[in-house]
Amino acid sequence: MSKFKKKSSASQDIPMAALPDIIFMLLFFFMVTTVLRESDILVAQKIPAASELNKLEKKSLVSYIYIGKPKKASLGTEPRVQLNDVLAQPNDIKLFVQQEKDKLTEVERDQITMALKVDRDVKMGIVVDVQQELKEVNARKILYSATKKIDMNR
Amino acid sequence: MGKSKNRRVDIPAASLADIAFLLLIFFLVTTTIASDKGIALLLPPKPDPNEPPPDITKNERNIFKVNVNSSDLILVENEPLKDITKIKGMVKEFVLNFGKQTQENQDLLNTLPNSQRNLVMTSGRKPHSSDSPTDAVVSFKTDRGTSYEIYLGILDEIMGAYDEIYGERVGITAEEFRNLDKREPAQKDIYQRARNGIPRNVSIAEPSKIGE
Repeated sequence: MSKFKKKSSASQDIPMAALPDIIFMLLFFFMVTTVLRESDILVAQKIPAASELNKLEKKSLVSYIYIGKPKKASLGTEPRVQLNDVLAQPNDIKLFVQQEKDKLTEVERDQITMALKVDRDVKMGIVVDVQQELKEVNARKILYSATKKIDMNR
Repeated sequence: MGKSKNRRVDIPAASLADIAFLLLIFFLVTTTIASDKGIALLLPPKPDPNEPPPDITKNERNIFKVNVNSSDLILVENEPLKDITKIKGMVKEFVLNFGKQTQENQDLLNTLPNSQRNLVMTSGRKPHSSDSPTDAVVSFKTDRGTSYEIYLGILDEIMGAYDEIYGERVGITAEEFRNLDKREPAQKDIYQRARNGIPRNVSIAEPSKIGE
């Protein structure tokens, strides 16, 4: 029976002194990478997938337009446009683009890129109306947001 | 001055890890790793009301037509098509076709790498397809009732076809071609070499208004 009562002479403590350092490192990583979301998204956003993706060059030049079905059922099922924090009509876009352009410097104004975050169930009609408004205010660089498609063949 | 410094002052540090943990969990939960990627497009300028619309003088054979109706049914070159992933190959074949034999076309053909030239020699001389890559236009028309997912899927295929042609021409992949940084002279040179003589003529027509 003495077999089981034998005591190991090795210390069984795990050194915990480095734990706060490790946690801090993780903390700093997440603090640096975090982008706090600036606006609540009020419309459904299931972004479609595509394989030929371009990256955005400069983030400060990008403004977002969200299109999708309202999340709140009381607002109906027709797709709506969201600018900043509010649901809007396509003809509000002109004012929105002007406001966004005013935030940029003179040189950058023509390079403004509108990122269209469109839900995959939306019909083309509303997307075209939005594009038409963008042409009117000469904000012609657009980007259809998409996620990376996983290619099975490669 | 004469004060002795032998009194130890301890800050209790045992709870430090717990505080850091709490902060860590907060940031873990609120983080959304930014994923700003997508298909870039330059919209055409607004037509000038004082100027009449330009006359279309393109031959039918130089236009590759893709139509989608409001029930998401696809018509490519007047033939129904189910599988949109086939469009990429068809566009590539259409663009890299030298239907007309002129000096300019011969010069352009000579700038292509061997792999593409061999393809043209074997199958790229169809007289009913485009005259040359310079003349080729891809026309894409949808309806207001077409779903956005199909639209983006097809646009993706068309853009991908061009990127692959450009990439192959300068010996890089389509992905590497897309990521070329045009502000850097060396990379801009590659970009221009790839694009020279083969414009990305993609026309996205105003949609029809049948199904909405």
